[in-house]
Amino acid sequence: MADPLHQFQIQKIVELPAFEVAGIPVDLSITNSVLAMMFAVGAVILFFALSTARAAIIPGRGQVMAEGLFKLVDDLTDSIIGHDGRAFFPFVFTLFLFILSCNLVGMTTYFTATSQLAVTLTLALLTILTVIVVGVLRNGLGFFKLFCPSGVPWPILPILIPIEIISFLMRPITLTLRLFGNMVGGHIVMKVFAGFIIALASAGVLGYLGGFVSLAAVVALTALEFLVAYLQAFVFAVLTCVYLNDVVNLHDH
Amino acid sequence: MDLTAYKFIGAGLAMLGMIGAGIGLGILFGNFFQGAMRNPSAAKSQQTNLFIGMALTEALGILAFVIAIMILNG
Repeated sequence: MADPLHQFQIQKIVELPAFEVAGIPVDLSITNSVLAMMFAVGAVILFFALSTARAAIIPGRGQVMAEGLFKLVDDLTDSIIGHDGRAFFPFVFTLFLFILSCNLVGMTTYFTATSQLAVTLTLALLTILTVIVVGVLRNGLGFFKLFCPSGVPWPILPILIPIEIISFLMRPITLTLRLFGNMVGGHIVMKVFAGFIIALASAGVLGYLGGFVSLAAVVALTALEFLVAYLQAFVFAVLTCVYLNDVVNLHDH
Repeated sequence: MDLTAYKFIGAGLAMLGMIGAGIGLGILFGNFFQGAMRNPSAAKSQQTNLFIGMALTEALGILAFVIAIMILNG
């Protein structure tokens, strides 16, 4: 049976020589992951450039899609963060579009950039660092009131504050693993069922019928994976807005 | 038994963690549908919260899957 994990291996396409930055070797060669990310970003830029090029009052199809995406994220930041949400809209929109396009490129071409732990970890670290920096800049040392919810009787506080700190530190970990696990799991299941088609179809008449059932399963799984690709990008954006709301509206915590 | 057999058994045991995630998702969506049937006009406004809840619950199940993959591949 074919190996379903082979699709996640990094292969170098253009080998560039590694150089040293402060004793750490940095390898900037173009791999299939880099190519997938560049393709995803290029596709997003191209889509938005084309659909807003001749913006009309009565929009065409591309413009409806672009404005729909814009409205989706704008409503998110507005309803979750509130009045100050507009300042964070570019960050959340970029995050949402990058993850969505990387997921969709993974569904249609050969490599999913967001199935690499390095990529999802970077995105999650960017998000949590933004949350911490915004929290400290806005609230100063009052940022640490995030770990101390209001209306809690004081004997519980020594137990509650470490729990709150740990749950805050779990946020980038769960952000990383949620996106990584969904992408890796979905693609592994698809490849396993695809392997079943070949393995069953070459095993007699009953196996042929089993091959058809596996083919129907792969079609259903592909539809599910398109939904998961959109949903995971949306969920990442929603959770970013929720974490930003926690630090921006600290007094209502 | 050699190491590979233990790895497969370990991965299978780790996947049992998804039972909880499955039950949790069923409860979540069931309650949402029950509320939506009683008050259809308010259902659209709670859709965002539904997806937040779904993502947080599913994430715990996915964490079990990640551990299984880590066990299976050294």
